[in-house]
Amino acid sequence: MTAIRVLVGTKKGAFILTADGKRKDWSVSGPFFAGWEIYHMKGSPVDPDRIYASQTSSWFGQIIQRSNDGGKTWEQPGTPREDWVENQTSGVDPETGEFIMPKGESNKFAYDTARRPLTTHQWYDGTQHPWEFARVWHLEPSLHDPDVCYAGVEDAALFRTTDGGKSWHELPNLRGHESGPQWQPGAGGMGLHTILIDPKDPNRIFVAISAAGSFRTEDGGETWKPINRGLVSQFIPDPNAEVGHCVHRIAMHSSNPNTLFMQKHWDVMRSDDGGESWYEISGDLPSDFGFPIDVHAHEPETVYVIPIKSDSEHYPPEGKLRVYRSRTGGHEWEPLTKGLPQQNCYVNVLRDAMAVDSLDPCGIYFGTTGGQVYASANGGDTWEPIVRDLPAVLSVEVQTIR
Amino acid sequence: MIRVVLPQHLRRLAGIDGEVHLAVDAPVTQSSILDALEARYPMLRGTVRDHVTKKRRPLVRFFACQEDVTHEPPDAPLPAAIASGAEPFLIIGAVAGG
Repeated sequence: MTAIRVLVGTKKGAFILTADGKRKDWSVSGPFFAGWEIYHMKGSPVDPDRIYASQTSSWFGQIIQRSNDGGKTWEQPGTPREDWVENQTSGVDPETGEFIMPKGESNKFAYDTARRPLTTHQWYDGTQHPWEFARVWHLEPSLHDPDVCYAGVEDAALFRTTDGGKSWHELPNLRGHESGPQWQPGAGGMGLHTILIDPKDPNRIFVAISAAGSFRTEDGGETWKPINRGLVSQFIPDPNAEVGHCVHRIAMHSSNPNTLFMQKHWDVMRSDDGGESWYEISGDLPSDFGFPIDVHAHEPETVYVIPIKSDSEHYPPEGKLRVYRSRTGGHEWEPLTKGLPQQNCYVNVLRDAMAVDSLDPCGIYFGTTGGQVYASANGGDTWEPIVRDLPAVLSVEVQTIR
Repeated sequence: MIRVVLPQHLRRLAGIDGEVHLAVDAPVTQSSILDALEARYPMLRGTVRDHVTKKRRPLVRFFACQEDVTHEPPDAPLPAAIASGAEPFLIIGAVAGG
């Protein structure tokens, strides 16, 4: 039977919202990891019961959690509590009979300074500042192997696990790119927040960093090319510079990995050549500032954004929460308002807090900093809140389970 | 046995209630206590001090016998009452909003 599972990361824990294919009656479980910031959770496309979660805290650092049962139970990979603490004798490898010593390395995100020395990037005031790991912003499981997952981190770098999260290894040539000294943090830090894997070629990956811009690899992360031509940003000395742009989010439809849609700090952009060049598609939007952007599951030219008033006023224009939909791949946008508050609404919707399911009609989901998670089961025509009073929502992902 | 009191978030991560009791060889220091703690509970590695540099995380403090020992050298011997188990070694999350 078809089911929908919405994975919600908040400032104070994780929640999982589930419904059947009608998407009418929702049940809410959580909070998981109560009191911690859950920057992101995402399930493996090949094994939906395998979910990775980024649990972070300014006090106690980065934790990676993993579920193998669709979010019912969680463990830190490599150190399951039951095996290790309560019944140490069970920590025996069934094949070799040897005792497996847990290493506690699922939380270890150490820059690969052997291959790429630790360099510096721009600080907010333009001075140089050393790279410092803060947290994992985004987890992107492989499209083919549930034990492979990418992690985008702050300060910007890309890590990968090939053992289900037990250990993480940097792909250091992105951080070590020659343009690194020109990268700078956005207001939320210098995070790598977007990871898009080409469905036709797992070695072709797009990433985006605030505020460095977007980059593409064709060889699984060995070499990276900045792909920001056409982006214009007034907050850098050369508005057309190769790097330094505050890309907020990039989205792609799986049928066409050369067409990319971008929500930038200002401007909604599009590329039809895999990021080689970009052009503006903001059209008649009331504001082209915003954070998330996504593409309809079955219509590659149908795109969704949530306009925000400005970079200094992070709330919807006129206090009206409106999702804007373009069915023409940009330029022409229509407001979607039915079921969304149309007065006195001053929440924000963060970059990783919108997702689409793959049912027909396509479901759209987004979460707000006011703790609401809104869902539309008809491509955005009408909306209903699934929950209203969660902590501030940091991320929303959805799993369609058949 | 050395007694260690962890903040609630770390007790939950490790799946424990109450104090942790650890066997630690002399001299009993911040480092030797944390080494034993991390060996017993690998999931706590990286939460109190950095995996690589072993530096204390900025918002974590250490108290012993009503004294703040956060800034004592990590290899300095702790008070005898900690080494004997008469008093617990406290790992504290700084009160800094949240």
